[in-house]
Amino acid sequence: MGEKTVIILHSGDMDKVYSALIIANGALAMGMEASIYFTFWGLMRLKKGELDKGPLSKMNMLGFGRQMIKQRMNKANVASLERLMNDFKELGGKIIACEMTMEIMGLSKEELRTDWIDEWGAVGSYIQEARDANVTLFI
Amino acid sequence: MNLRKGRRQNCCQYPSVSLTLGVRIMTEMEIDVRGQTCPVPLVECRKALKKASPGDLVIVKGTHPASRKEIPMACEAMGLTVLGIEDKEGGKEWEIKIRR
Repeated sequence: MGEKTVIILHSGDMDKVYSALIIANGALAMGMEASIYFTFWGLMRLKKGELDKGPLSKMNMLGFGRQMIKQRMNKANVASLERLMNDFKELGGKIIACEMTMEIMGLSKEELRTDWIDEWGAVGSYIQEARDANVTLFI
Repeated sequence: MNLRKGRRQNCCQYPSVSLTLGVRIMTEMEIDVRGQTCPVPLVECRKALKKASPGDLVIVKGTHPASRKEIPMACEAMGLTVLGIEDKEGGKEWEIKIRR
């Protein structure tokens, strides 16, 4: 088996979702396998139409800060989260959704982007995934 | 002459053509990521390499400075040969040739 990167995405903040997807895409692009385990606030980003709806982790200022950063990202020609997610899936990236979070947040599978999700799991799925990983991050 | 025609038609979507004679034509794929930033050049390069067949040539054109050194790094990690890196437009653009 090849080298692997496994990321836990606990945050639902827009900037942190960017970090997770950029790193995961980088890993795939450099020939590694990659998976992202979406849990807690991170799992909210898998709700239909919510991938880029997270606030900014700092200086959100009721959405003004977020708007400003979005404008600057557009100017710098940064790819959208939707595009990064599509590339991630196209390059064989794996997405695991946390079942306990679904229960806590009262989410049903129908509310989530099941077309992106490869596996539903709990801590055991993460450990099993990360056991032979070379890079693992908690974001 | 038919070979040339077949080659052109099959470019990009079907990067390589197998002939009944057993001769494989190497194709060239060009990826233009000029103006794109992290991680797009790296990702688009990987997508092209995935679509290409062994022996095909992938040419990546870009402007993002970090990708100029990271694309060769990725190729090395995947055991692919970088045939050349060329700077253009007074160093503002680069072109990397990779043999899949």
